[in-house]
Amino acid sequence: MYQWDFGILWSYRWLFLNGLGVTVGFTVVIVILGLVFGLFGAFGTLSRFRAVRMIALTFIEAFRCTPILVQLIWFYYALPILAGIDMTPITASALALSLYGGSFYSEIIRGGIISIDKGQSEAGAALGMTPIQSMRRIVLPQAIKRMIPALMNQSIIQFKNTSLVSVLAVPDLVYQSQVAAHDSYRPLETYTAVAVAYAAILIPLTILVRRGEKRLAVGE
Amino acid sequence: MSETAKIEIRALRKSFGSNEVLKSISLDVAKGGVVALIGPSGSGKSTLLRCINLLVVPDGGSVRVGDTSFAFGDGSKLPGVKTLAKFRATTGMVFQHFNLFPHMTTLQNVMEGPVTVRRMAKADAEKLARAQLAKVGLAEKADQYPATLSGGQKQRVAIARALAMEPDVMLFDEATSALDPELVGEVLNVIQQLASEGMTMVIVTHEIAFAREVADRLIFMRDGVVVEEGPARQVIDNPQEAATRAFLSHFHRTGALPPANAVS
Repeated sequence: MYQWDFGILWSYRWLFLNGLGVTVGFTVVIVILGLVFGLFGAFGTLSRFRAVRMIALTFIEAFRCTPILVQLIWFYYALPILAGIDMTPITASALALSLYGGSFYSEIIRGGIISIDKGQSEAGAALGMTPIQSMRRIVLPQAIKRMIPALMNQSIIQFKNTSLVSVLAVPDLVYQSQVAAHDSYRPLETYTAVAVAYAAILIPLTILVRRGEKRLAVGE
Repeated sequence: MSETAKIEIRALRKSFGSNEVLKSISLDVAKGGVVALIGPSGSGKSTLLRCINLLVVPDGGSVRVGDTSFAFGDGSKLPGVKTLAKFRATTGMVFQHFNLFPHMTTLQNVMEGPVTVRRMAKADAEKLARAQLAKVGLAEKADQYPATLSGGQKQRVAIARALAMEPDVMLFDEATSALDPELVGEVLNVIQQLASEGMTMVIVTHEIAFAREVADRLIFMRDGVVVEEGPARQVIDNPQEAATRAFLSHFHRTGALPPANAVS
């Protein structure tokens, strides 16, 4: 029988906290960047111009239909050779994760926008609004309410996806615990603690999302 | 007539795919005139109405409202987004399904056009909006959300919202078709009041008795063409075309307006 000894992890606490900080900070960056990409992707797929729609769709499907792990490695090793730009592991993984998240966000945003009854934008147009005005004043305020639960869910997935950046030696929580596991010869305790840390952050968040969903459902 | 006409439509054509919905329609509405468009569903009457404020862009022909005119078809450039918006601001439209903005109170619904499109100061827009709500008998519902209103009240708010733009003409697209029968009267009363104030209006409706009462001209459409046109009472009481007779035989053509007992 294995003898658990979690006490040994205490000496690595700063390493873990450091990693956790990187993980959380990284998530904030890729969620914000991802939403920006997602917004462009969504409006691209809804564009009046066929060429713009095609470009947006290609971008979305390319990132939605390939594994994020492959994208991370590709961005770090292949892109610098193809494009001739050198990227730090942090830049490469932030870019890959943001684009990956953005492709999912754009589908959520697009779905939210087209779920709003066409009569709404027609009523705006009949009042004399330009398409941009009716999007901003009439459609988006209603659509965002519907998007929020799905956007939150996708962001939770993004938080977990940051664990993959350890393959590019970005010092996130998983990378630091690898260091700790090798150093202490206690991988079972280390990875259990890491799993608990992820869950401890995400479980309250999911409860928050669920509450929000209920409140929005009442408001409809 | 075309010298003084407020709305002038010439040779208007529109197809959706291979389906030709409007086949060279011409139409004049005098200043202060009320024209009722009737006809079976699929006759093109709603499309014609939506061509007047260019919510539907015609394939050919011309549309003029007041001093603004547009030509469509061979060689003519489609009007730009800004031009269209400016033009639509001068025409009010009321929809079958109200299309109120559910995330705004009734007051905000009515203020939205003046504030966003006409760039009116909030205080002025609120004064205007409250006056329009009072006009349709809903002053006390200003702070409620559309979801809490009855269908008839929603449609009256929609009318107030269109009127707040102080339009030159009003277009009604089956404004009472989605209402419970007992709520039709309160909406028709508001429309009738507008007619008596001299508002130029085009009304797509199935309320034949109402059209007879309020409209001065009536147009019967079928399959994308005008079958019969004339003074409303004359066409309804004494239709000349067999198709018009057949259509009108489905309706009670006379009688008082439905009572407006539900006005609150």
